Amino acid sequence: MPLLEFTSKGIYCKQADVYLDPWRGVDKALVSHGHSDHARWGSQHYITQEINVPVLKHRLGSISVSGKKYNETFTINGVQFSFHPAGHVPGSSQIRAEHKGEIWVFTGDYKTQSDGISTEFEPVPCHTFITESTFGLPVFQWENPRQVHEQINQWWAANQAEKTTSLLMGYSLGKVQRLLKHLDPSIGKIFTHGASEHMTQVLRQFIDFPETELITRDTTKKQIEGNLVLAPPAVLGSAWVKKLGVVATGYASGWMAFRGARRRRAVDRAFVLSDHADWKGLLSAIKATGCENVITTHGYTEIFAQYLNEQGWNAKTQKTQYESETEEKALAE
Amino acid sequence: MRRFAALIETLDATNKTNKKVEALSLYFQNTPKKDALWAVALLSHRRPSRPVTTTLMRTWAAELAALPEWLFEETYHIVGDLAETIALLIQKEGSGAPPSLSLCIENIIALKPKTEQEKKDYILNQWQNLNHFERFVFNKILTGGFRIGVSQKLMTRALSKAVAIDETILAHRLMGQWSPQTTTFDQLILHPNPEDQISQPYPFFLAHPVEDPFFNKENPQKWHVEHKWDGMRAQLILRKGKHFLWSRGEELITDKFPELEVLKNKLPEGTVIDGELIPFNENIIGNFQELQKRIGRKTVSQKLLKDIPIVLMAYDLLELDGLDLRPLPLSERQEKLTKLCQENCSPNLPLLQSKIYHFSDWEAVRAEREKADEKRSEGLMIKNKEAPYGVGRKKGSWWKWKSDPKNIDAVLTYAMRGHGRRTNLYTDYTFALWHKGALVTFAKAYSGLTDAEIKKLDQFIKQNTLDRFGPVRQVKPALVFEIAFEGIAPSSRHKSGIAVRFPRISRWRHDKKLEDANSLDDLKKLLP
Repeated sequence: MPLLEFTSKGIYCKQADVYLDPWRGVDKALVSHGHSDHARWGSQHYITQEINVPVLKHRLGSISVSGKKYNETFTINGVQFSFHPAGHVPGSSQIRAEHKGEIWVFTGDYKTQSDGISTEFEPVPCHTFITESTFGLPVFQWENPRQVHEQINQWWAANQAEKTTSLLMGYSLGKVQRLLKHLDPSIGKIFTHGASEHMTQVLRQFIDFPETELITRDTTKKQIEGNLVLAPPAVLGSAWVKKLGVVATGYASGWMAFRGARRRRAVDRAFVLSDHADWKGLLSAIKATGCENVITTHGYTEIFAQYLNEQGWNAKTQKTQYESETEEKALAE
Repeated sequence: MRRFAALIETLDATNKTNKKVEALSLYFQNTPKKDALWAVALLSHRRPSRPVTTTLMRTWAAELAALPEWLFEETYHIVGDLAETIALLIQKEGSGAPPSLSLCIENIIALKPKTEQEKKDYILNQWQNLNHFERFVFNKILTGGFRIGVSQKLMTRALSKAVAIDETILAHRLMGQWSPQTTTFDQLILHPNPEDQISQPYPFFLAHPVEDPFFNKENPQKWHVEHKWDGMRAQLILRKGKHFLWSRGEELITDKFPELEVLKNKLPEGTVIDGELIPFNENIIGNFQELQKRIGRKTVSQKLLKDIPIVLMAYDLLELDGLDLRPLPLSERQEKLTKLCQENCSPNLPLLQSKIYHFSDWEAVRAEREKADEKRSEGLMIKNKEAPYGVGRKKGSWWKWKSDPKNIDAVLTYAMRGHGRRTNLYTDYTFALWHKGALVTFAKAYSGLTDAEIKKLDQFIKQNTLDRFGPVRQVKPALVFEIAFEGIAPSSRHKSGIAVRFPRISRWRHDKKLEDANSLDDLKKLLP
């Protein structure tokens, strides 16, 4: 029997009777990170990396949750578990499971690039590697993020010179903080939408960020003008945006590598910046584990698995409910 | 090349028309004329002929990126655009300065007769020396098809700003077949010599669909009404002993319709007629499918000429005795057209004049529209009697009032990924009708759903895929859509035996079950 199996509720370890990132309520859930498709409501007890504890509480309300340090081993019914940095967002982990000498690693989501806020990805040797493959196509090859952050600051400064406000959009957990961390506060003030502000507040206890100011009913257009506003992409086209006055819109996502996606998003400026591993990142991560078996769970799973098989791995695909087939889904949050 | 690629990137990044015009106009002002002329050519869909097949480009790109060909193909299907796929896969940032746009295109033209190895060397070299967006633009020039949200009209407006020449004059100068290889910016745009331009067509004037308030606002006596013929819009030019026939896409189609040559000797020189090419056999107007057979053939055989004779249904006169009549009111142009036809036409000539109707109330117009099927038209045209002949799609004086579409409820059976803006979404659909207990494909449709519906349908397709064939997914038959279409005719080329014109989705029939969809027999009942 495999150490981890794929069931209708999620990835299941029968020996320990625990689930990894289950999509239904279960007794005991080990959670890789705080994004809503991995951390779902309804389980009796959650175990996660300690930075992710306040994130989970913020997202899921009053839950029973215990936190572990990275690399700290804990045993459940003879199975040794541990969380290891996945570099995806603050508090994100790969989950390692070992039983009778057999080692499995489930990645959740990860990236191999350093983002300045998450603990950097560490390869974990294993026999079977359950990997995401959101950007498992060779067209995805990220450029140096430092250059992207430079582009963003230049864009902000140029907008400011035209007395235009910069509305910079990204995922509330991870992307917004990554953007914020690298903004140049000497250009101007940084305002936030509620969703961006609250998650950032949760993470301020772990990470130093530039100052932000929440936009409230009393905030005037004049105050915002020429400054930068961080918000989730869902605000695009809403009444909330109209109240900001004249804005230049920017959106940061790995999907922006596609011209079609850039044009469909209808933003003024697209930045290619992702919290997932690109093609080469995925391949190097797999190689570094020294694994024999690979299971691809979400993204371009079949294409990626087929390629891995050709390269000598024993790779297959398992259906999960982690969402990433399209950029649209990622935006639904 | 660097400047042109930067221009395309700027145009690509904004939805605002003013910004596009501004960027284009700046480009035209600050670019050497030779390059600017090529830019005008590319943006008006005039491109050098393709020196290599896309198959070769795919093979070379896969090789350069060290990918198995199947992976390259899968990737290409997902990206949806070959030029972009290659640009993304070959991740090199060129260091040297790229050649100028005109030099780059001259190189591409010179490539055509060379050996495959020489072509490969050149293209691989370019791929590795250009930066990402330049590589994309270079591939677009190689493969053709610049769809970047810049219409010819927009480009003309920007050019007009840059060279300070009236937009309509420029639109005329840019018409017809020209190439930067044989003309210059000065000759074509700034100081054209009329003697060189005997083949040059006038820009076509286009109609808008009529809007409801029109009928309440307008007095029918100010308007003239004619049937809207379902053929191919064309402009016939007779100048200096020669004749030229142009399609609305500015293609010279003189050779495809040799039967019109006789008009050269029957009508006076210096005549330009705007009209519709339609199949016309033994006094019966044919359907669009027949015309398509004529358009589709490379060479026109005697048999085809006999089976599907074509006539020009004339409805406007743009030039007479070498004089541009476009500023005259429509009623005067019509008088001259009628006189021209009466004086020169005999029953056997391939020239008809579209009948003009005058009505005193809109109800009578509506009644005439009901006769569209009987008259073999696709509805009515309503034109302002006082209006001059305009340029392009300008609102106000020409309206089209098409017949109501026909409808049928069909089942979604296949879906394909979209292109361009819709890459990564399933937006191209195939629909089927019941026939003897099975579903038979009858039409493809691309438009008609809202963005929200497209997203929802995309999710359904991804979760209900039965099989995959490259970019196409076979979908579990479950959803019913109302498909609207204009014309319908028997066809031997279609599996269903029926061809419909302009099929599109009119609504998602959430209320209908799979078995409630219509049958092929229901569709056949709609045949005229």
